[in-house]
This record gives sequence, C-alpha cells and structure tokens, in this order.
Amino acid sequence: MGVAHPTEIGVEPGAAAAVSRLTVVPQRRYGIWIGTALALLLAFLIIRAFASNPAFAWGTAAGYLFHPSIMRGLGNTLMLTVIIMLLGIVVGTVIAIMRVSPSPVLRAFSGVYVWFFRGVPALIQLIFWFNLSLLVREISLSLPFVGTLFSVRTNDFMTPFFSAVVALSLCEAGYMAEIIRAGIKSVPSGQSEAASALGMPYRMILKRITLPQAMRFVLPPTGNEAINLLKMTSLVTFIAVDDLFYTAQSIYARTFETIPLLIVVAFWYLAVVSIMSVGQHFLERHFGRSDVRRDPLTMRALRNAVSLRGVTR
Amino acid sequence: MSDVRSENRARFGVPANSMVFARGVRKTYGQLEVLKGVDLDVPEGSVACIIGPSGSGKSTFLRCINHLEKLSGGILLVDSQFVGYDLQGDKLYEVKDDLLCRRRAEIGMLFQSFNLFSHMTVMENLIEAPTQVRRIPLDQAKAEAEVLLRRVGLADKVDRYPRELSGGQQQRVAIARAMAMKPKVLLFDEPTSALDPELVGEVLQVMRDLAESGMTMVVVTHEIGFAREIGDQLVFMDGGVIVERGAPREMIANPQSPRTREFLSRVL
Repeated sequence: MGVAHPTEIGVEPGAAAAVSRLTVVPQRRYGIWIGTALALLLAFLIIRAFASNPAFAWGTAAGYLFHPSIMRGLGNTLMLTVIIMLLGIVVGTVIAIMRVSPSPVLRAFSGVYVWFFRGVPALIQLIFWFNLSLLVREISLSLPFVGTLFSVRTNDFMTPFFSAVVALSLCEAGYMAEIIRAGIKSVPSGQSEAASALGMPYRMILKRITLPQAMRFVLPPTGNEAINLLKMTSLVTFIAVDDLFYTAQSIYARTFETIPLLIVVAFWYLAVVSIMSVGQHFLERHFGRSDVRRDPLTMRALRNAVSLRGVTR
Repeated sequence: MSDVRSENRARFGVPANSMVFARGVRKTYGQLEVLKGVDLDVPEGSVACIIGPSGSGKSTFLRCINHLEKLSGGILLVDSQFVGYDLQGDKLYEVKDDLLCRRRAEIGMLFQSFNLFSHMTVMENLIEAPTQVRRIPLDQAKAEAEVLLRRVGLADKVDRYPRELSGGQQQRVAIARAMAMKPKVLLFDEPTSALDPELVGEVLQVMRDLAESGMTMVVVTHEIGFAREIGDQLVFMDGGVIVERGAPREMIANPQSPRTREFLSRVL
C-alpha cells in the first residue's frame, strides 16, 4: 500500500459513476427576468421621448455646446472648483489637526468651526460674504504709535468672485476637516506609537506616518466632495459670478432657449464629473497600493504615473 | 554628557555598567495605580525577562522606560541618564520634544502587533527613522538596512509591503527597523504573543542572535522557555510590583513566592 491519494479514499467505482451522472439545474429567477424586461422597456421609452420631442431642440443645444460664453463660464466654474477645493483641503487639514490636538482650546475652536460652517447653508454663507460691506465698511490694520498701515474699503476687494472663493472655501473646509479627522482617527494608534519609539517628533509623525495612511480613507469621500463642490459652485450664479450656469442663464434670458441651454450645462457638468471620477479611481489605486496583494506591473506603472510622494524614496 | 552620567551614578548609586536603572517607579491613571514602586537593574549586555499575568503592569513598565508613559513617581535611568527629564538641583525639568526624541531614538522598542508602517515597503520602513530623524544619507541608510535584513534572514523581502509578510516575518522586519537606529537597549513588549505557534521560533531565533551579540534587552514575554535559555535575570511581576526575581533556571525550577509558583504552574 502506497500513501493514499485524497481522491482514492473510499470511493467505490459504482458511487463514482453515480456522482458523475449528476447535473446541476440553475435556479430560475423569474423576478430578475421581469425586472430586466421592464428596465429595457423604460429605457426605450425615455430615449424615444428625448429623441422625438422637438422641444429638446438637440440641434440648438449642440450649437451652443462650444459657444464662447459657455466656454468662459465653464472655465470659471473649473477655476472656482479647483481654487475652492485646494483652499478647502488646506484649511480643512489645519482644522482637522487642531481637532486631534492635545489642547482643549484648539479642539473646541475647530469643533465650533465645523459646527458653524457645516450648519449654515452654503447659499446663505455666500450671500453673507458678498454683503460683508454692510457689516464692515473697511478693513484696516493700525498699530499704536505707527498709525494705519493699510486700509481698504470692503467693497473694493469683495468682488463677486472673491466672495465666492472665501464663502465656499470656508464652507468646504468644514466638510474636509471632518473627512480628514476621520481619516486620521482610522490610522491605528500603534503606527504613531512605533514612530515615537523610533524618535520621530509629533509633526514628523503626522506628516510622514499618520497623514499618508489617512489618505487612503480620506480620498474616496474627498472625490465625492470635489464632485459635490463642482455642482455647488452653480450657487455663485446668485451673486452674479459668470460661471457655467450663469452664462447659460444670461443667454436663455435673451433667447428663451431655456431647455437647450440647460442641456448644454448638464452636459458639461456630466463631462467634468466623469473625468473627475476616472481621476479619483487612479488616485485611490495609488494610495491603496500597500493594501493590495502584489500586482507588480500595474503597481509600478501607477507609481510612475502618479508619483505624489516625496522624492527621497 | 558623561558628566551628567557620573553625577547621576554618584547621586543615585547607579552601578557603572547599568543600562536600565529603575527605583520606586510608580504609574497611576486617575485612581488606578498600575505600578506601585518597581526597582530594576539591567546591566549592559544582559537580558532581563519580565513575566506575569496580564494587567500586572509589565507592559506599562516597559513603556515607562522609553517615556511613552510618563512616570508618576520614582526614577528611571537609561545608560545613567533620564529619558524625559533634565535634573537640575532637586528639580526634574521635562525636556523639549526634540531632545526627548533624540534620547528615545537610542531605545528600540518592539510591539506585540509589530506596528510596521503599513504604507511603506520593508526597505522604506527601515530607512525612515535613520534618514528622517538622524539625517543619515540615503545610500548609507539603504546599505545598512540591507545588512540588517540579511541578519534577520529577509534580504529578499526589501520591496514587499508589511501586509504581504507573515507575522513572524513582520516582527523580524520590526526588529531590523529598531536595530537601524543602533539602539543602546531593545525593549520587547510580548513580541511573539500575536504570532501563530509555528512562527514563534523564527522570531525567538533572531532575538537569541541579538542577545548573543551582546545587545541589552528587556523582554516582556510569555515564552518561559526563551526566558530560561536566554535570560540573565527573570522578573515576575504581579499587581504592579515585582514579586520575585532571580536567575531564570533556579527561579523556574524552584520559585520562592507562592504567586510565582502558581503563575508558573499555569503557563508551563
């Protein structure tokens, strides 16, 4: 007797034949078939309605797609989104670090900040900053014995664009602070403990150990925030910043081609959101790479493509 | 610096070859007294093993040595120097963060859960502190890291991430990472407790090699066999105090205190 191979153990020829005759009949999922049919029907009806209804005026919409004003509006929308998102991340990171700081005063300050800027609707904050001159006529810096260093009338610098940036950045920072704080909290405490034991100071631990690991948790919600923000910038229409929506509005106010222009606006928002989603996917892959089992080719390619980390390594 | 050392030696009666010197170390969390006066001497080049039931304060004591926990009372000197304080007259001034970090860098620590930086490869883990804290040139740090990895038998894992390694391999990398700072003493906080039984041996082997190379080590462990074989002294802690101490072989064979006897009978 040799060593028994697992398949040899106690299987009689007759039983083996009986087993091999068996076939599996898949479960019949009638509900899924019906659902699929309904969804296809619905899709057909919607497409037909969109294609056949002349009020959509697809031709007109296509004509406005690359209209110079629309392009300028799109440019402003993108610029606003980028500037506000960057400021929101910077301010949000500072607020988040304050929230995990050992000082109770800093923690309380950042807590109140988040409470206020997340609690008041963005539109109201926006209009508030735009009307700051009603509250503060001029902003000046005076020192005793030296006199006034500079003084500027609020109306001179609180342009619509500038108020939009200030208002939405502060608001966005409130959301980002919570996301980043949750990310910092998600890093196991053993990581910073080990870093301390190696002699790394607090700031170095934050910068090199905690924040990079928090990135993996922070990125997906940040991508969502950026997408939300892109759409939220359409609020600046209320204070006459000529963003994508505002330029479209000012065209259809003249020509009454409301629906085609809204289609143009929707198209551009969708296009930008789609591009952002792809970018987000790659960023997540990059920062999640220590999480994934080894896949050298894509890892190397991604690391070379999106090298966000320090040059030292 | 050596001035401070000889001054401390004269003042507190620290033996000349002392690496860790603890007298009356107390630690309280609010009402809870975790350490109730611990005395310990670990001479340079020796291995002290600390055993005891969970909650006996042995891990807390270990964390006091590199000032991850502040003492509530008593003194603790590493290489005849305070870690978190400067002594002037009768006052212990808490030192600034950068000095504390510099002193801590000379005390290596290993954890039950390894705590390798999970966003870095093995090599990046090893060179992080030398290049960032000590400002050693990258090439030199890498060369030294390779030597250390060879020593723990993981030279082929340089580009791996911690998650891709077994627990035993992770702990060996962690030991190499601690050694990369050329510490005067290594503290082990239950280094094999989180490991599958078949992986314990490889970590103990690395620790055995370190001990034979003359490294000073303080090891909190449940591995009585390791303590008997490698330890120069064995310390049994319970309820925040040291109940019994002695040469490992004799103490394990013939414990004096009934609490030690009971504990040993449960773990052996």
